[in-house]
Amino acid sequence: MTKQDQDAFVVFDRVQKSYDGETLVVKDLNLSIGKGEFLTMLGPSGSGKTTCLMMLAGFETATHGDILLDGNPINNIPPHKRGIGMVFQNYALFPHMTVAENLSFPLEVRNMDKSEREAKVRRALDMVQMAEFGGRRPSQLSGGQQQRVALARALVFQPELVLMDEPLGALDKQLREHMQFEIKRIADNLGITVVYVTHDQTEALTMSDRVAVFDDGRIQQLAPPDELYEAPQNSFVAQFIGENNTLEGVVQEIRNGVALVRLDDGKIIEAKPVNVSSPGERTLVSIRPERVEFNKDRLQEGAHTLQAEVLEFIYMGDIFRTRLRVAGNENFIIKTRNAPDQRRLQPGEMIDIGWLPEDCRALDA
Amino acid sequence: MSDTTHTGPMLAADGSPLKRSLERALRRQKLRALALIAPLLIFILVTFIAPIADMLFRSVENEIVSETLPRTVVALKDWDPTLGELPDEAVFAAMAADLQEAAKAKIHTRVGSRLNYETPGISSLFRKSGRQASKWDLEKDGPFKDVLIKSEKGWGELDVWKTIQVYSPKYTNGYFLNAVDLEKTASGISPRDEDQQIYITLFLRTFAMSIGITLSCLMLGYPVAWLLSNLPSRSSNLLMILVLLPFWTSLLVRTSAWKVLLQQQGVINDVLVWVGLVANDDRLVMINNQFGTVLAMTHILLPFMILPLFSVMKTIPPSYLRAAKSLGASNWTAFWRVYFPQSVPGIGAGSILVFILAVGYYITPELVGGTKGTFISNRIAFHISSSLNWGLAAALGAILLGFVVLLYWVYDRLVGIDNVKLG
Ligand SMILES: Nc1ncnc2c1ncn2[C@@H]1O[C@H](COP(=O)(O)OP(=O)(O)O)[C@@H](O)[C@H]1O
Ligand SMILES: [Mg+2]
Repeated sequence: MTKQDQDAFVVFDRVQKSYDGETLVVKDLNLSIGKGEFLTMLGPSGSGKTTCLMMLAGFETATHGDILLDGNPINNIPPHKRGIGMVFQNYALFPHMTVAENLSFPLEVRNMDKSEREAKVRRALDMVQMAEFGGRRPSQLSGGQQQRVALARALVFQPELVLMDEPLGALDKQLREHMQFEIKRIADNLGITVVYVTHDQTEALTMSDRVAVFDDGRIQQLAPPDELYEAPQNSFVAQFIGENNTLEGVVQEIRNGVALVRLDDGKIIEAKPVNVSSPGERTLVSIRPERVEFNKDRLQEGAHTLQAEVLEFIYMGDIFRTRLRVAGNENFIIKTRNAPDQRRLQPGEMIDIGWLPEDCRALDA
Repeated sequence: MSDTTHTGPMLAADGSPLKRSLERALRRQKLRALALIAPLLIFILVTFIAPIADMLFRSVENEIVSETLPRTVVALKDWDPTLGELPDEAVFAAMAADLQEAAKAKIHTRVGSRLNYETPGISSLFRKSGRQASKWDLEKDGPFKDVLIKSEKGWGELDVWKTIQVYSPKYTNGYFLNAVDLEKTASGISPRDEDQQIYITLFLRTFAMSIGITLSCLMLGYPVAWLLSNLPSRSSNLLMILVLLPFWTSLLVRTSAWKVLLQQQGVINDVLVWVGLVANDDRLVMINNQFGTVLAMTHILLPFMILPLFSVMKTIPPSYLRAAKSLGASNWTAFWRVYFPQSVPGIGAGSILVFILAVGYYITPELVGGTKGTFISNRIAFHISSSLNWGLAAALGAILLGFVVLLYWVYDRLVGIDNVKLG
């Protein structure tokens, strides 16, 4: 156990999980979450995120390994004694109770007296701006309102750790963005630790302190949002987070922290070697659309350029999105800001594109 | 909007009121729908509603007396039985004329049997005197007081005439009074002799045992329904087949199987004796009593409890229980405060179904109930097929129906019938 693990609030220590005894749904999970941190588990459906959350909440047992909460192993503590707040994807508000009764429930089972309960319920409802709705049934609320109530219910008994499993999955885009902001604000105000599960990368990037990208039962990368976006550690992360252009090729030479990659059509470009180590290896070179430059004046002296044919120009308001054919890839996207002096490329035009070598990352194929 | 500016009724494009044109447009649609369900409607009317209505009518209908004995009924009108004297000659003469006519049409025994329900012995008066009536000469053979009493001395009894007078109206509440252990006498309504009071006891027993059966079905069925809705689908399908299995065997076979199991020389007693829990000469009495009836009927009605419960529980997402536990509720609290209230509609549906089926059940109590474990329906069946007192059977049936409807109403007031979910 490292020093960091000892300070951490939640620790997954070599955790494995199998439901059927044949396949591992979670393979060797090591993760420590600091107190007050907003950590998001991001990954495609079926990658084991919910399973991890359920193990932490106590509804599933780890097949192997330990989960520690505040330094103590919790494998043998039943869910109702863990004191972890939880927001479910479909909210799981009790339909036979009013909103206020729903919120009062966790306080009642803790034998809190009535006046204290009422005060706390009122405060929690105020916090999510639902004060007038205490007497309603969940079925009389809109999706967004139910979401707020579910959040308030998970927070009303003042847990230090709150788990949220795709809590905004059922809301429309506008409401989702609003609630992302709201949840983040409340979590920061209360100083609670949040483990948040989502498959929506924008949500993960905008809300989290750190994001754990899951795939195939493993954490592919654990990093703050900016690092995740700008410095993906492997091609899965690069593909999964944000928009990404890839070019396939073979590593020719690695020198002074720069890799020379021979693309499949014979052209040579420079890239930053991330997880390629030796010449001859196949690689996927990844470049973000907004880091591609076609204006020669803005390119570095001596930068490698590639010839590209413009296939499609899409006007999107704040940005222009242009689809190019580059080295055999017909889905090479570049994004340019809609500035007064910006050129609008025409389909059929031939241009030279280039980029800074550090924006171009040679990843595993 | 222009529509809100004028205050009259909304008008359709052609100027007629919107309501009327909507009605016209919907009428054809309604007629077509009605035509589609017409066969079923007619079927239900003919085979279900009509027999019930006929039965209900029979429970108050009493035309037979005034139709067979029209003259007697008229003549008896002024007779005052409280004086303690037999009616006068006019009444006897009227009776003789009625009897003669009825005997010619061969319907005199029928009115005899009808009146016999009320005062045992009357049917033989009608039968025997009716046989002689054809020989009487109504003009010359009087006075008929003597003739009748000579032919059957029962005609000299006050009770016979009282009964005829009391039951002369076309409609009577006599069957209903009879069904609740009362009787109609010349001096009003009074309780029956104690040794004839059986129906109230039977009603109470029927209800008490049906409640017992409903409760035991609930207690046995709830966990099974829970398992059904929570096990992985492969095991729950198997369990569902086991639940439905009884439906594939005849009711009679299942009830007889209970006889084999429960009787004193039966399988269970044999095993208990063999194990040594029960002495051979002290075998348990488990059949032909209330225990046998409750046991066998619980078994037979169990699926009717499990299925509605299951269909409700299936719709309760497991995340509710998880949510409750994550909020700090122990397993029991989570079940009792969160799961159970949501399964109440299933409990209501299952209980109403089982209770109503139990209250009207006939075959199983008949076979395993003995004398102490029979239901009111067994008595109804007796009156329908053995004593042929259909009026009383109808009255008993009507009371049973009334009680069930009342119960339904009470349930609606207490729990709300829209809370009942059958699927
Ligand atoms: N209760 C369960 N029994 C068996 N397999 C399960 C169960 N829950 C999840 N799985 C399997 O585990 C894998 C990961 O599921 P999950 O943790 O729900 O993924 P995610 O939340 O990332 O979509 C999936 O392949 C899923 O089929
Ligand atoms: Mg999930």
